[in-house]
Amino acid sequence: MNYFQKDLASLHDDLVAKKITVTDLVNATYDNIDATDPEVNAFLNLNKEAALKKAAELDEKGIDQDNVLAGIPLAIKDNIVTNGLTTTAASKMLENFVPVYDATVMTRLKAKDTINVGKTNMDEFAMGGSTENSAFKVTKNAWNHDYVPGGSSGGSAAAVASGQVVAALGSDTGGSIRQPASFNGIVGMKPTYGRVSRWGLIAFGSSLDEIGPMTRTVKDNAIVLSAIAGHDDHDLTSSTHEVPDFAAELNENTSVKGMTIGLPKEFLGEGVDPDVKAAILAAADKYRELGATVDEVSLPHNKYGVAAYYIIASSEASSNLQRFDGIRYGHRANDVKNLEDVYVKSRTEGFGDEVKRRIMLGTFSLSAGFYDAYFKKAAQVRTLILKDFQAVLKDHDFIMGPVAPTPAFKIGDEISNPMTMYMNDILTIPVNLAGLPGMSIPAGFSNGLPIGMQLIGRPFDESTLYKAGYVFEQATDFHQQTPTQGGTH
Amino acid sequence: MASRIDQEQVQHVASLAKLDLSSDQLKYFTTQLDEIIGLFETLSEVDTTGVEPTSSVSDQINVMREDVADNWGQRDALLANAPEAENGYIKVPAIIDESEGE
Repeated sequence: MNYFQKDLASLHDDLVAKKITVTDLVNATYDNIDATDPEVNAFLNLNKEAALKKAAELDEKGIDQDNVLAGIPLAIKDNIVTNGLTTTAASKMLENFVPVYDATVMTRLKAKDTINVGKTNMDEFAMGGSTENSAFKVTKNAWNHDYVPGGSSGGSAAAVASGQVVAALGSDTGGSIRQPASFNGIVGMKPTYGRVSRWGLIAFGSSLDEIGPMTRTVKDNAIVLSAIAGHDDHDLTSSTHEVPDFAAELNENTSVKGMTIGLPKEFLGEGVDPDVKAAILAAADKYRELGATVDEVSLPHNKYGVAAYYIIASSEASSNLQRFDGIRYGHRANDVKNLEDVYVKSRTEGFGDEVKRRIMLGTFSLSAGFYDAYFKKAAQVRTLILKDFQAVLKDHDFIMGPVAPTPAFKIGDEISNPMTMYMNDILTIPVNLAGLPGMSIPAGFSNGLPIGMQLIGRPFDESTLYKAGYVFEQATDFHQQTPTQGGTH
Repeated sequence: MASRIDQEQVQHVASLAKLDLSSDQLKYFTTQLDEIIGLFETLSEVDTTGVEPTSSVSDQINVMREDVADNWGQRDALLANAPEAENGYIKVPAIIDESEGE
């Protein structure tokens, strides 16, 4: 099976026409993974036995021709809990953790008869932008194995981009779907905050976290989002907004004619790689050619996003990660003499450096005497960032810009400098702070590495982003280019 | 250079967070945290007089539900995740400090 020549619709047609069985498809997927993953390292844990069992059941039952997801193998980021299947969040803390329930997104995918192929690598607890913070392995960029896949959803991105699967789920707290999608030349959607239930997503920054699809095409992405979105009684921040059939609006009549697009000058400023800037300006011209208006706009507080985010996200993380105490589940240190030892030694052994750094930053920001200067100040700046977006989106259908200031960097280059790593998120973080939908789509290449374009929309208007992304995709061929299977060095 | 956070403060924060740092780590984290807190301080340039803080961007406000207990019948699976369990209970080391009097 060559997934580079397939999408959800064509796989579905083949299944319905019985050109292939679900069992064939699942076996072919594991053959791809066996051939490429020893080098790519996208997966932490495969679900082969259960996947083949489910495939046999579906072959027995037959494929529902109205359900395009039936029998489709998907990869799942390892911070999404899967009933009976080890879920580690790429942390030693959860190395042996077996969830006793499914995340709501998994329940919804199961209802669509998709097949969970396995759990993908990530930065530990989704903290990082290169997947190098995994406690277990280093995932490679699908296009060049000397480069990082981005993060934190680097395993899901590499799995899709290297042709191991056609779609995967990731999560995005400050750019963790969009940045790896950008680095690997695929489509990644961070939906509006509340669009998708967070129940069963191992919590990092609860006011920022969002689950979303990572795919090779815009339409496939839209199909998966419609399947996982919607209100859930288990997550009371999940929205009751109606979920459209996003993919149904993507066809030969889809157009950006008459749309107004904002291009923030801050998104093309200092620190943005010249190739990235050129790709985005070329994309702006393409949208003009397609009948849209592109205006320069300003998001004056954008530059404070990184500082505000690392205070807010770290504060929420320090609170969320208090639950890992070595008592009920997770790692417990040996050689402990008292309860305090259980807590301190288990946490010290179980967490990696980046997680400790964020826990300490958060604990500091919330501590007596510093709360007003840091946490409260950051929450006020968050309001200003949100208002900047609201002002632009009042008279623009969406905002466009780069996803990340640069293409992928080399493995090992930035991991020892957290500040450099944090600044990679400067263009994605504000979108999480404002709770808006943001999507990465392929928009160019620089020295053989993909460049992603980010489209940012109004709350609950993923539809416009999908339409604009689809039109751009139809008018360009970036998404049709594929890495050499097996990658290059 | 005036530091924004010193080793003593980092040690204090680590103890609040129930983390133990070796002396090498203490040095390493102090340098890094100091640099990151320097970034945090750029927020002081922003005039936030009268600006309400944002803590949630959810469109769901004060959602109420019935307070009903739900038994999922998964005691054994839950206990299987505990580092130590005995007779249906999670087992923990003695809370009384055995190191006292050593």
